[in-house]
Formats: sequence, structure tokens, C-alpha cells
Amino acid sequence: MSTLIQQTQKMIDEVMDAYPEKARKFREKHVRPNDPMRECGSACAVKSNVKSRPGVMTIRGCAYAGSKGVVWGPVKDVVHLSHGPVGCGQYSWWSRRNYSNGMTGIDNFGAMHITSDFQERDIVFGGDKRLAQICREIKEMFPLAKGISIQSECPVGLIGDDIESVAKKMTVELGIPVIPVRCEGFRGVSQSLGHHIANDSIRDHVLGKNSIDTVTDYDVNLIGDYNIGGDAWASRRILEEMGLRVIAQWTGDATINELAIAPQAKLNLIHCYRSMNYICRFMEEQYGIPWIEYNLFGPTKIYDSMRKIAAFFDDTIKERTEAVIAKYTPVMNAVINEYKPSLKDKTVMLYVGGLRPRHIIGAYEDLGMEVIATGYEFGHNDDYKRTYPEMKEGALIYDDITPYEFEEFAKRLKPDLVGSGIKEKYAYHKMGVPFRQMHSWDYSGPYHGFDGFPVFARDMDMAVNSPAWKLIRRKK
Amino acid sequence: MIVKDHNELFNDTAYVEQFERKREFENPPPAGDVQKTAQWSASAEYMEKNFKREALVINPAKACQPLGAMLCALGFENTLNFVQGSQGCVSYFRSHLSRHFKEPVAAVSSSMTEDSAVFGGVNNMLEGLENAYTLYKPGMIAVSTTCMAEVIGDDLNSFIKTAVEKGIVPQTLDIPFAHTPSFVGSHITGYDNMMKGILSGVKAGGKAAPSNSINIIPGFDTYTGNYVELKRLMNLMGVNATVLADISGTLDSPNTGRYQLYTGGTPLSALKDSINALSTVALQKYSTVKTGEFIKTVWGKDFQIAPVPIGIENTDEFLDMVTAVTGKPVSSEIENERGRAVDAMIDSHPYVHGKRFALVGDPDLLMGLLSFILEMGGRPVHILCTNGDAAFVKDAEALLSRSQFGKDSTVHVGKDMWHLRSLLFAEPVDLLIGNSYAKSLWRDTNTPLLRIGFPLFDRHHLHRYPIIGYQGAINLTNWIVNTLLDEMDRKAMFTQSFDVIR
Repeated sequence: MSTLIQQTQKMIDEVMDAYPEKARKFREKHVRPNDPMRECGSACAVKSNVKSRPGVMTIRGCAYAGSKGVVWGPVKDVVHLSHGPVGCGQYSWWSRRNYSNGMTGIDNFGAMHITSDFQERDIVFGGDKRLAQICREIKEMFPLAKGISIQSECPVGLIGDDIESVAKKMTVELGIPVIPVRCEGFRGVSQSLGHHIANDSIRDHVLGKNSIDTVTDYDVNLIGDYNIGGDAWASRRILEEMGLRVIAQWTGDATINELAIAPQAKLNLIHCYRSMNYICRFMEEQYGIPWIEYNLFGPTKIYDSMRKIAAFFDDTIKERTEAVIAKYTPVMNAVINEYKPSLKDKTVMLYVGGLRPRHIIGAYEDLGMEVIATGYEFGHNDDYKRTYPEMKEGALIYDDITPYEFEEFAKRLKPDLVGSGIKEKYAYHKMGVPFRQMHSWDYSGPYHGFDGFPVFARDMDMAVNSPAWKLIRRKK
Repeated sequence: MIVKDHNELFNDTAYVEQFERKREFENPPPAGDVQKTAQWSASAEYMEKNFKREALVINPAKACQPLGAMLCALGFENTLNFVQGSQGCVSYFRSHLSRHFKEPVAAVSSSMTEDSAVFGGVNNMLEGLENAYTLYKPGMIAVSTTCMAEVIGDDLNSFIKTAVEKGIVPQTLDIPFAHTPSFVGSHITGYDNMMKGILSGVKAGGKAAPSNSINIIPGFDTYTGNYVELKRLMNLMGVNATVLADISGTLDSPNTGRYQLYTGGTPLSALKDSINALSTVALQKYSTVKTGEFIKTVWGKDFQIAPVPIGIENTDEFLDMVTAVTGKPVSSEIENERGRAVDAMIDSHPYVHGKRFALVGDPDLLMGLLSFILEMGGRPVHILCTNGDAAFVKDAEALLSRSQFGKDSTVHVGKDMWHLRSLLFAEPVDLLIGNSYAKSLWRDTNTPLLRIGFPLFDRHHLHRYPIIGYQGAINLTNWIVNTLLDEMDRKAMFTQSFDVIR
């Protein structure tokens, strides 16, 4: 074991000491020093995708958050019914910043909270009868809605409602797809199962149900980009400039039609592997559509990804891709010249979800910064495997980190910047540690693509170099 | 370097054209249909259908019980919120409160999953209490529930007893609890249940000779400035008051370069002694129903409900009530403040008199705001309370009927903000008062919005300013008159009426 790895392990051991024995044994498997050579084999792999410990604060969400919040929610012309009590829909209302075009309440239902608002009688007598009535009322209130998704909250599965049969009946009666989604919050261990369940419901109820008349050799799907702050639009711009035709955007600013026509594409391009690999694998098996992962954070990864994508196509595309890279290189260099001097050698700790704990590393490196610790809220083994090579030896990697561990590691590693979520943000502000929310882009964005990188660089600079941090009078 | 972010970037031609190209694959409704439907959604015909909805709820202005329970417990010293049930709920509560207060909010979950649905949540609670106690060293653990624990019938009382019997947590640790099903009531119900849970669940020192102090229960109040103002007023009067529960230190803590899990909150010693107070005064009615019953019947102590001290008359009445209980008169300093607040209201009245208002929010907040608006000669037109009940309708109507400015008012309970959208189209008003989600109504109906209530996500620091007491009356006057003047200027900008003196 190298010295770097040993040092990190020592720090981990210290932090783990605070737990009761059982919780410690459990937690220590989720936090590891990075060993990019993998000399220790599976023994030093970070354990992931298992239950959080009761009573130990977790940053994770639930399956409903993964389905309604992440995968289904951005599909803009479908009414997403939060089926159950009022809370889940309230707390996930208009908060994810998955931007979309359209008129709210008329042909776009993204920024709304539509719920069955379960009362005690629904728990006692079941919610199915009212569900049918709700679907009829949705159709009446929102005649331009292209579908209804029923996003199940915890009680639905516990009281044994048969939402599938109601959905089937309503699909016929209303003439629009009514899609049951069994994403009750108690299922699985995190958001992750919700993604999978949502993928499966798209597969079963939408995929291939419509088609476009003319296809080209350059048709691709942009998968796993939720258009946070306009990310998918900035990504699409690059693909279109390369000469590709994006026929479906999943699911940021998506319509249900784009979910339906996707099997006609020649290639699936997947950004958030974690939340949408399922549907890509299915399309590969069922329709023979290949898929590749790409990364549009920061110029280095953007150029790599563009070339990787272009390699699937003919020389026309390859040439155009090189021309696009040549066009944007001076623009990207100007951004680096502007911000690198004030960000060089600054260190970053990340804790996010989906693709970001590994995908943003390159963008920081473009600015001369170093990610010294990273981890996933709801990652699986395959996410960690993709992460080890991106990090230096001895870097800290953690899974389902608890706020206690996160704060203790931050005290010891003294990062110049922490990137995580709203629940973490203000604790770090109190600690005087510069912080950016890296789920919502802290109400900024886009961060993807050539148009996103300048915004990313500006935001990281304003966080790290704000004069306000100097005002803190530190209590010892 | 000029950097274009989402605010400007997507107006560029490259994106406008991209959006147009994307439409080819979207299969959108014909453009004419969108406009037609939008117009129809503003019509009387649509409103009729909208009000006939029986089952569907659209944009309700309420949250669920455990959120209120958490807010309540956050107001006590060294207290850890422990929520029995699914973990996602707790992440939602923490996010929701952090987005409003811009503060860290701690809470743990027992992280129940499928197996707990089958076997019950007892093991989760036992392991959860052990971990939480060891790691976070709380002085008190306040337990509430998500709907999962409620549907499967987890028995908190027996679970906690088991934890103590097994020595998982010390016998001396207070672990009050409240069952807070999300399918009953709203966040204000949860607040009430937790307050009652804490008052009944802590190991009080027992009844002793009455102290000279009073208890004040603010209710589900998300203005940290209100708590500071309340304590200031009581100090000025020389009243020894225990605020149950005081969130102002927890949810507005100083930046010292150190994050502390527990800051501020009502001292647990004061909580335990609260049983001996002369009286308990609640500043909200609908969020203290069960708590009041408990104090009256179980404690056998005096419990009074003051009118929400928003506006002059309500503040007068509240302070008189405090004087009646404690014998301490209103100080001359407070009297001067009253004079200044009244002076401010009189100075601004011409811009508020006769203006039409729509209001949406929690029942107690609405009662206070209505009283204030009537004092200024404003006309409340649409009053919408998703979590209001028949008692609220009666109270609000009684208040409105006492003023000639209240005669155009209609009180809607159990309705949502989509109903309010129709109401605003049908009978427009000059000013809408609501939380940040009301901004969709601002956009759709072009009604100026004043953000008062919870949650306030899209404007910073509003919750730091009191809306109660005479200082609160000045703040409300400031916000209301200046929002109206801003709107007036916006409309007058290119006319002769764009005056420099108002």
C-alpha cells in the first residue's frame, strides 16, 4: 500500500471512530482511498447501492424522487400526478430547474404540483376510485396534455391499490396514455431504483409507440440530460453543429413523442449513465441501437467526447467535428486564460449524484483545480469503476456519505471549494468554506457544452474568490 | 469577460432556431390551439369547470404534517429531529426548510424500506436511536412519522419504551414523539401534534409553585424576525416569557467559521419548567388546537389564544392580554413604537385605501394579514386557504363583516392556487399576497405579487424581518405601499404621471 493511500486510510479510520461498532463496520466499507492501479482488487472497492443506516443522516432521497423528480418530471407535455398525500409533490415542486419551453398549465406541466392529496378515507378505502376521477379531471382541466403519469407515493403500495388497472381503463376512456409508475419511496435504497422503475415504465408504455416519416443516417438520441439550467440545449447545440440530427432529448425539455420515436435513431448518446443506462441497454437488445457515454463538461472532455461520437459516423461528420473544435478552441482558451490564474491549484471536494462526481472532474482540471475527494449519493459499482481512473492515488472516495463524515473530512482536507447540494450548502457557509450546489447549478447554468463552460468557470471563481469569506471572524 | 448564463443565453438566435428545429420531433399541439386553450383557461366557463373539480388538486398551498413537526422541534435546545419512516421524506423536509431559511437543517430518518413494510419499523427505530444518540449526542430526540410508518401502524410509544428498556438510549433522555400522518391535515397540524408531543413527553420536573413566567407559543411561524421581536417586546415589558418553540437561534445562526449541529432553541430547562407558568398564550389558533386542549385538560393550566399580533389592533389586544396575565403594563417605549407604526400607516394610507387584495396562505397568517389590510382601508377580495376549515371560514367572515372594507370578500377553504388563478382572471385585484409559488399567478394573471408566508424561496432575507408587533406593522406597510408604488411607476413610466414625489 502506498504512503498516500495509507495516509488517507488513517484519516478515514479516525473519522469512523465516532460510530457505534455496527454502524462503523458498515460505513467503513463505503469510504476508501483511491487506488487507481487496483492492486488490491475488489477488496478496496467502494461498497455501494445498499441501505443507509437508520438514525445516521443520509443525503439520499427516494424512488419517487428518482422517478417523478428525475426521469419523468421533465417530460413536459405529460401531467405527472403525485399520487398519495400532499407532501412529496409539494417538496419537489418546480425545484429541479429542468428547463423547458412551453406555456405552464396549457401545454407544459413541468412547473406544477398536481396531486391526489390523499386523505384518511383514501388510506382506509383505497385511492383507485378517486384516481379514475382525477384522470378525468386532468383531461378536462388540461385538454392539451399528451399523457398522464401516475407517480406512486409510499401509501399506494402499502394499501394495495391497483393503479395499473385504473391506468389501463383510463387510457382507453381518455384516449391518452395513462402510465402507472410504482415508484413508492420505500422501494430500494435511494433514488436509483426510481430511475430504473421510470425507465421500465417508459419502455412498457411509450417506447416505439410513434414514429417519424423520414430518418437519416445522422439521427441520434440525447439521453440522460435533464436540461438543468439549459444543459441539454447547450449540448444539443454541439451535436447539431457536428452535423447530427437529435431526434429525441431524454428527458430535459422532452415531449412524450420524443420518448416514443427514439428507437428510430442510429445511436444513443448517454450523459447520465446512472439514471438511463437501463433504457439504452434495452434499445440495444431490442433494436440493435448502440450507445456510448460522453461528457460535455469542460473543453478537454468535450473535445474527447465529440471525437468519440464522430468516430461512429462518416468523414463528413468527422471533418465538421474538427472544424467545430477549431472554432471553439480559442473561445475556450480565453475562458481558461481569464479564470485559471485565480483558480489554479485550488482543491475541490464533491458529493453529488448521477454522473457528476466523475464527469465534472475534467472541467475543474481545465481550470487548474484538483478534485481531491468525490462520491455518489446513489451510485452503483459500475459508477465507481468509472471513477477510480479519474482520480489520483490516495484521493478520497465515498459512497452515501453522511454529513458528519463529510464535515469531518472537509475539516481535515481543507478544500478550497465544496460542491454538493442544498442540504449541505449552508453548513459549509457556516464553516467558511466556499460552496456551490452541483445539483441545481446553484440557480445558474448551463454548465454543459461550450456555452456552459464559461458559466461554470465564472461561478467557481465567484465562489472561491468572493471577498465576503474574509469577513468571517472565526471562533476557535 | 462577459458571460451569458441562462438568463440571456437562450434568447440568442442559435437557440431560438434550435427550439424551432426541435419542434419537428415534439409533435406539439398546433400553435393556434395553445393560444386558444390559454384564453379559454382564463374564461368564466373554465372557472366553472375548475370549481367543479372534486378529486384533482392543482398547486395546493400546504405541506404535510412531519414538516411542521420538524419546525416545532427545531425550536428546542440540543434537539434532534428523528423521523420514523422512509428516508426520502426527510431529505425533502430538510431541503424545503433550507431553501426558505438559507440555513442548515439537521434531521435523521430511520430509513425504512420494503422489509420494514412487512415486518414493521421497530428494528429501524432501535438501531436508529442507537446511532443517532451516539453520533449526534442530542439533549432530546423528537420523533415524528412519515406516512409509511403510519400506514403500517408503527407504535412509537412502545418502540421508544423498548429502546429504553434495552438500554439503547439512557432512561434520562427525553424522547417525545408525535404521530404525524401526511394524509391528515397539513404542516400546521404536524406542528400542533409535535408541540403537544413535546409538552406531554418530556420528563417535567413536576408541578411546583407557579412561576411568574408565561409561555408563548408562536405556532407555525417561519419568520425568525418575529421571534426576535416577540422576545424584545416581552423584555421591554419586563415579562419573563418562555417562547415555545424558539427557532430564531436555530434557523438564523451567526457565521463564526464553525458549523454547529445545535444552536439556539428554547432551553430544555425552560421547557421542563413551562408547566408551572402563570399562563400559556398562543399566537396562532389553528396550529395549537390539540396543544391548547392538552394544557387545559392535562396540565389543568390557563391557556389563551391571542389574535395573531399582526397589525395594530391585534398587537394591542395581545399586549393587553400579556398585561392582564402578568400585571406588567405596556412600556412607554412600546407605546412610542405604536405611535410610529400608526404614523407610518396614516402617511401611506392613500395608496392602500380601496385597493383590492387577494391572499393565499395558512389560516392564522391570513387572519393577521386581513386585520392589517382592513386597518389600512384595503379591500380583501379573494381569500384562499388550502388548509383552512369551517372554523376558519367563520372566523374570517366575522372579521371581514366588522369592516365596510370587508364586504367584497369571499373566503375559500380547501381550494388550491389553480382555483385562485381563475378567481384572479374573473375578478382582478391590485395586489396578491402569497408565498413564492404564487409567482406563477403573478405571471399568468399579471397581478403584482407581495411575498409573505411560507415558503419564500426566490427572495432573500424576508423572513428576518418581523411582521408581528408594531415593528411588523411598519414592515408590512413598507412592503405593501412600496410594491403598489413600484407597480404604479411601472405603468406610468412613459406618461405624465411618472412623478418623483409620492
